[in-house]
This record gives sequence, C-alpha cells and structure tokens, in this order.
Amino acid sequence: MEPVIALEKVNRIYQTGATSVHAVRDLSLVVMPGEFVAIMGASGSGKSTLMNVIGCLDRPTSGRYLLDGVAISGLGPDALAEIRNSKLGFVFQGFNLLSRTTALENVELPLLYAHPPISPAEGRRRATAALAEVGLGARASHLPNELSGGQQQRAAIARALVRRPAVLLADEPTGNLDTRTSVEVMGVFQRLNDGGMTIVMVTHELDIARYCRRNVVMRDGRIVSDKAVEDRLFSADQLRELDAEQQAVQLLP
Amino acid sequence: MMRLLATLRIAWRALRRNPLRTVLTALGVIIGVGAVIAMVSIGTGAKVQVEAQIASLGQNVILVMAGGVTRGGVFSGMGGAGTLKIEDAEAIRNEVEGVACVSPEVRVSAQVTAGNANWNTSIYGESEEYFDLRRWPIEDGSGFGAADVRSGNRVAVLGKTVVKELFGETSPVGQTIRIRGVPFVVSGVLSSKGSNFFGQDQDDAVIVPYTTAMRRLFGITALRSIQISAAGESLVQPVLDQTTALLRQRHRIPEGRDDDFHVHTQQELAEMATSTAKIMTTLLGSIAGVSLLVGGIGIMNIMLVSVTERTREIGIRLAVGAKRRDILMQFLIEAVTLSVGGGIVGVLMGLAASVVIARQMKWPTQTPLESVVLAFLFSAAVGIFFGFYPARRASRLDPIEALRYE
Repeated sequence: MEPVIALEKVNRIYQTGATSVHAVRDLSLVVMPGEFVAIMGASGSGKSTLMNVIGCLDRPTSGRYLLDGVAISGLGPDALAEIRNSKLGFVFQGFNLLSRTTALENVELPLLYAHPPISPAEGRRRATAALAEVGLGARASHLPNELSGGQQQRAAIARALVRRPAVLLADEPTGNLDTRTSVEVMGVFQRLNDGGMTIVMVTHELDIARYCRRNVVMRDGRIVSDKAVEDRLFSADQLRELDAEQQAVQLLP
Repeated sequence: MMRLLATLRIAWRALRRNPLRTVLTALGVIIGVGAVIAMVSIGTGAKVQVEAQIASLGQNVILVMAGGVTRGGVFSGMGGAGTLKIEDAEAIRNEVEGVACVSPEVRVSAQVTAGNANWNTSIYGESEEYFDLRRWPIEDGSGFGAADVRSGNRVAVLGKTVVKELFGETSPVGQTIRIRGVPFVVSGVLSSKGSNFFGQDQDDAVIVPYTTAMRRLFGITALRSIQISAAGESLVQPVLDQTTALLRQRHRIPEGRDDDFHVHTQQELAEMATSTAKIMTTLLGSIAGVSLLVGGIGIMNIMLVSVTERTREIGIRLAVGAKRRDILMQFLIEAVTLSVGGGIVGVLMGLAASVVIARQMKWPTQTPLESVVLAFLFSAAVGIFFGFYPARRASRLDPIEALRYE
C-alpha cells in the first residue's frame, strides 16, 4: 500500500530579518491510508509548522513531500490551492466558518473552487449529504452564530469532507470546545476513521490524543516519540461515562 | 459561466452585508456618471440648437463679405473696406453657373418711427431674392418684387420684433413707417426666426430693397456683403470657386496676393458654431469625468478596507482551495458590481436631471445614446481599474497569515 503522506528530511526555516527560525528539522514521517494520527508537542515545538506543510499551506524549505503520490515541494501557489481543494480537508480550532453564510453554503464552499466545476444542484446534494454524515442535517440552513460550538465544528468537518479528501487535517479541533462537545467531535472523527478516512490532527491535550490510533510527539522541530496508542479512548464509552457522572451529580441530595 | 454566476452571487451578498457603505461608495460613481450624462445632454442640446439655427440661415448659402481694412493699426471690421460693388453681384448673377439666388446686402442701424412709436433696429438692404435665399417666409402681406428693387421703391418688410415694438398687436401691412425720416410703406411681415447662435434677435430687422437703402437712405455705394445660394448642395463648392475667381479677376488681384473679400459657406459657419458647442460639451464632460474618477478612488478606498476586513474570509477561501485568480475575480467583480450599479443609477439620474433642466431652464437638452453607453462602459472600466489593486492585494495574501488574522 502506498503512503498518503510521505515526508522525507523536511526542513522549514523562517527568515525574519537577520534571525532565522528552524521550525522543522530534518523531519521524516510516513502516514498510511486509514491512519488516525495525533501530532503533539508544546508550543514552539514546530507542530503547527509541520501541519501547515502537510496541509500545503506552506512549502518546506528543503526535503521531499509526497501527498497521495504527488510531489508537493516544487508546486506554485495555484497548484497548491488545487491540491488543498481536491486532496485535503481542513478543520480549524476556531471553526473558521464564513459568518452570515448558512451551514450548507459553508459546506459548499470548497465545491465552488473544484476543477472540473461541479453543478450547483450536485454541489447542494453533496453538501447536504456531508452535513447529514456529521449529524447536522437538520441545521443546514442555520447561520454559524445560530449554532453551538460543537455544531459549528461539525459543519466545519462536513466542509472538510465534502470533496472526499485523501486526508482530513485538524488543527486543535477541540481547543474551543467544552469536554462533552470535545468527546462528541472526537466521536465524529472516530466514526469517519472507522469508515476509512485518514486523519491527522494537532493537539496538545493528552486525553484527546488518546482517541487517535497513533501519537507523534515533537520537540524543537524533531519527532521525539512516535508510537501506537495502547489505551485508546472511544467516544461512545466516554459519553456514557459522562452521562453517568451527570446523573450521579443530580442524584446527590 | 456557472462560476461567474456564483462569484456574482458572492459579490452581491458581500455588498448587501453593508448597505449604507455600498450606497455611499456607489454614490461617487452615481454622481460622476449622472453629471457626465447631464452635462453631455446640455452640450448636445446646445449643439443641436445651433445646427437648427444654422439650417435656418437657408440652404447652400454662400456669403461673400467685403474685406476689412487696417488704417493706422485699426481694423475697420469685416465689410468695411468697400470693395464689393453692385456690379460684382450682377456679375456673379450673370456669369457664375449653378447660382439660384443672389442678394447684394447692406446693413445699417437706424431709428424707425411709426406714429408716436420709435425703435432702433437694423435696416437690411436686400434684393427680392433674399426671402427665398434665407427660406424666410412672409407671414402677413407680401415681400417686395424685382420692380421695387429696380426702381428703388420705398417698401419695407418688417421682422416680428419691430412689428411688436411699433404697432403692437395691429397688422402693419399698408401702414407707413419712417426710417431716418424717410417714409416707407410696409408691404409685409416676416415669420419669426428667433435668435441666432450669437444670441442676436433675427426678427429685429427691417428689410428694404438694397437700391433704396443705398441711394435714398444712406447714400452709400459699396456693399457690405453678397449672399448667394447654390442651386444644389453639390454646386456649393463650384459656385464658391467660380465666385472667388470672378471677384479676384474683377478686383484685379494679382496672383499671390490675398483676396480683398471673404467667402464663407454656411457649412463653415455651421462647423464653427458646432465646434464651439463641441468644446463646451468636452469641457463639461471632462469636468464631470473628474468626478467619476473621484468616485473610482472612493471605490478603491472601500475595497482596500473591505479586503483588510475580510482577510480571514480570504484565508478560509484560500485554505479550501481558492486559487489566487478566484480571489482576484471575487473582489474585482465586487468592485465592478459597485461601479456598474452606480453607473446604471447614475445614467437614470443623469437622464432625470436633463429632463428637469429642459423643463425648468428651457434648455433643449438631448442625450445621445452613445454618451449613455460610454458613461456606462466608463463606469465599468473605473470599477476594473480601481478594483484591480485591492483585488490583487487580496489574491496575494498568504493563506497562513490570513487565517491567523484577527
């Protein structure tokens, strides 16, 4: 099986005036289809830079990057845009939905930039299906400010899914959510991953990382630990536990 | 095409998000385009009016003016040199081919009295062909004939203004007027021609046979001018050439010396007058154009603000795969929608303004279709020109930076 993501001795150096910041150093990483990887690390460890490189928002200063078999390193901005559109789905910490634009239209957004073009009717059908997939079908016509944080993040996940990307990338997807909603959102990811979707997410929360299958830890631009999750958490179990706790609290006199 | 429609929808939505700002921004273009349309309408109205007045001079008319003389550095004015004689007019009549009418002409200002009333007006000495030549119909009574000219009879045809001043509402036909004390019988009244393009009232004149005017009234022997009409439009130039040659020969002007007379065609006069109107139209139009430019700068300003405000949106769009061109088009179309929308409203406002001007100020405005089309296209061009820089700036944003923007 071919890897979805293959990074080989990737460096990313930021040049700001006289000083240069070596954010990612000689990093190599392979992600196979169907994996669910959490990239962890303290702030400044280079995990966000790595995420930007994987997400084709940024180009590595040196090294090789193959995404779904396509060499990314030498591509220009527009070619990268096309890759982002067709092969990648993004979920952000701050949801990043367009305000005053319904959930459905937000999900349709990537289809607007698809090549070859997708007809509006077909786009609507796909967006509706993606919303249903994350359990937000009934809220399609709501504006972001009419949705809860969890619902907004679900809409964002639907947007990331709508083009059937090779990889779903999530940058601190639970960072702005409360515990229960975080567990719910991780449940959505787990369900998608069970369906075969490759997911790479950045998080600094250890318990959130335990919902993934593989944890990669970074420090100073290098990977310092890369292992499978042994004591994996499952959203369904955790939600049941949370419910039980809730009930226990209510039963107290 | 589909993509363009989608982009248009995005632009429309973005503009609707901030209606007051959109209207204020478009206002610059609305005022600019409206001003251009109104000003060009005024200018074109003036031009059309001038053309109508030129046409009222008669058709295929050639005017031969006696030359001026400069004595001691003072120019005596056109027609003052006394170089044109009655014989010149007769020679033109007899020798030049293609001539329809000839009228030797003298003009003197004089006081005219009728009963107790008196009025200072211009006395035109003309031939009987003058009325045909100028296409100036007699409204009441009749003109004078060849016999009157031959014998130098004291008959006069009055312009409308003179009638009003001397006789009021009663018909002057058959009455007697005195020009410098010499009695004349009024044979007819001319129909009204209004003022000419120099603003002179053409109805403020008394027309008498030129023979009478020269011999009995003013005692002069030289003509001011000779009016000639060619028998057809194609004959104007030949008649003009022949007349010039004939007069040079008669006045014995050697080769290489200037004419001692001036020949104008009605065409030249028309061109002169319309070129004045054109200059006016251009001037008014360009002043209005400047305001359109200011409107464009307003659009650019607001688009720059809009790009900054929507940095995050741009980041999101770039992240989900919008190409730089997509972003460029989005903002460009937004700017063009603003300017074209402003253009459409501006055209309507301009048309309304020119109607109001026509009604209230009695100015015959006329809006040429091409000026509407041009103003409209220009407004679109303003949108593209002033929208391009902000749109390009938006399209060059770095997606990571843009997503991080608060």
